[in-house]
Amino acid sequence: MHQPEPNNWNRYILVFFVTCVVFFSAILASNYFTNKKIDQLKSIENTISLDLMSSETQFSLLEELSCKDVSTTVLSSELNSLAEKISYSENNIGTENVDVISLKKYYSLLEIKDYLLMKKITERCGQKSIFVLYFYKNEKCDDCTKQGYVLTSLREKYPNLRVYSFDYNLDLSAIRAMVSIYKVKDDLPALVINGVVHNGFQSIEDVEKTFPQLKTIEKKPAPKAKTTTIFTTPKIDVLTQVKDFINPPDKVEVPVETPKAQ
Amino acid sequence: MNLVYNTVFYTFAFVSVYIQMFFLVTYIQKRKNIVYSPEHLELGIYPTVTIMVPCYNEEKTLEKTIKSILSLDYQKDKLTIFIIDDGSKDGTWNLMQQYIGHPNIKIFHKENGGKHTALNLGLKNLESEFVGCLDADSFVHPQALKRIISTFLSDHKNMAVAPSILVFNSKNVIQTVQRIEYEMANYVKKMLGFIGGIHVTPGPFSIFRKKVFDELGPYRKAHNTEDQEIGLRMQEHWYKIDACPDAYVYTNSPDSIMKLHRQRVRWIYGFVRNLIDYRRLLFKKKYGAVGLLTLPSGIISLIGFLFLTGTIIFNFIKFIYNKIIQISTVGFGSLNFNFDWFFFDTKVVLFLSIILYILVIVSVIIGRKMTKEKNIFSLSFIYFIIIYSIIAPFWSIVAIYNAIRSKENSWTLEMELRIKTK
Repeated sequence: MHQPEPNNWNRYILVFFVTCVVFFSAILASNYFTNKKIDQLKSIENTISLDLMSSETQFSLLEELSCKDVSTTVLSSELNSLAEKISYSENNIGTENVDVISLKKYYSLLEIKDYLLMKKITERCGQKSIFVLYFYKNEKCDDCTKQGYVLTSLREKYPNLRVYSFDYNLDLSAIRAMVSIYKVKDDLPALVINGVVHNGFQSIEDVEKTFPQLKTIEKKPAPKAKTTTIFTTPKIDVLTQVKDFINPPDKVEVPVETPKAQ
Repeated sequence: MNLVYNTVFYTFAFVSVYIQMFFLVTYIQKRKNIVYSPEHLELGIYPTVTIMVPCYNEEKTLEKTIKSILSLDYQKDKLTIFIIDDGSKDGTWNLMQQYIGHPNIKIFHKENGGKHTALNLGLKNLESEFVGCLDADSFVHPQALKRIISTFLSDHKNMAVAPSILVFNSKNVIQTVQRIEYEMANYVKKMLGFIGGIHVTPGPFSIFRKKVFDELGPYRKAHNTEDQEIGLRMQEHWYKIDACPDAYVYTNSPDSIMKLHRQRVRWIYGFVRNLIDYRRLLFKKKYGAVGLLTLPSGIISLIGFLFLTGTIIFNFIKFIYNKIIQISTVGFGSLNFNFDWFFFDTKVVLFLSIILYILVIVSVIIGRKMTKEKNIFSLSFIYFIIIYSIIAPFWSIVAIYNAIRSKENSWTLEMELRIKTK
């Protein structure tokens, strides 16, 4: 009669603990890199916040200056990718993640501040800019995905087209106020272009047909001598801000990314 | 939905890491117990051994197989070869006539009935203490039998000993990746041997004590994987199975994806059906490692493969769908690719995948080391991981589908197709 071999329970338990250590190391490594990404987003937002403060200061002094001394660009070049990164974080870190929601709210506030400021500067100084407020939602909105592609494409074609995108369902009183002011319905995507609301998907052709004035701000090929036209990020220290204020650096206008483009 | 997905994913990932870790920890604890015989081993006694060679349309490889058995370094009067023709349609039977009168060889002919019937004919005529089988497309190392018998002699509880199977003469990338796989399997088999968890006594040159069949009965059809069934039957009756890492057997491996696919569908189909037949062993501690580790790990591998494949296909389709929507909306000019480390995926799945791949590569390295490969590190690792990641899910899916429909893949048919394309 053959007898069963005794089970080596010690090995089963030892391997269980080793596996736990390995498994939790993977979770810790992932958390470490996720936190690094959130820190990067926070850092970008801080930079943008400083940009805005700098511009607001400029605007306050506008009455004492001529329009040519005021920068027409408020947003730093880093904002260009911020929306994309927030969108990516929503998909990969989670739409329920507290940090991601907080960053998104802060981003939306920065957009609104920039929108208000730029509108005033445009009116005062006669800039040729067109403002688009874009309302979308993350779930069950295939047209929102397509609209994101259209706006990204339009922005590349018309750099002075300033797109500000807002998650319709984000719990932020400032967004609720904008929805209320422009009477944006739940039929998304919705575009508010120069104060007029357009519900439903708008193709590139639709937008161009509705706003022929876009042609006036079409991107021109850059002259060879001015190849380095990227906006220089303002330094944090006050001295640099004052220097920038006296002698604003060369800048090109960099529009806002559409946060949700999927 | 996300919660369900995450729960399933983390459970599978944990168990997969656990299984790989189990083998690694066993190796670290037992590596000094792995015995390698000297080049010319001498045994105290030479028990009688019969090697059965079942043939079906094997005229092209049979002579080489028989020659390799006759070249075994073993006392000739203690070694018998049974060549059993399972109703071949080619010239196999005629070829076998040359062995009539050979002192070590007996030939048999029967109507075609499948490999297990050929083996059972051999078992009926058996007179030796030990018996083994060698497929007619495999060849043995001259010292293989001595080394296996020495494993029996070193532990009287060993009732069967499995060899180390290596791929013979790998000519293309498909055979090269199988070579890596077989080397890794030899390591896993030895570790399972240490813990009493071997569930297959592979067709090529596994040697049994005769009393295994006397006490447990002959081979069964067992869904054309009789070598899995006899392994499980032995485990059910607590018959010890060990592995001999330096008893090398060289086998002709499938040389195309389709042939490999067909072979693996048969193996996995057999595994699934035998698992159902022997489900009473699952998670029963009285059946030791087979019930607690080997069979559950087989299930986890299968379902894990399907789960992973489903996820990859779903994500790929989603990606393509999004790109199509993007292109149809704004044209090709919109496809800009800018690298930013921020968009590098750092989810837990990435780190777990890296850990699993590292553990697999460690297994391959140990397997190659145990097989005495000269080049422990090889570029073939990369082919192995890529090719198996892509094609293995397909045969898993087909085998499970067949198992549900009870559609068997015949050994005879597989041999016919293999011969036709040789």
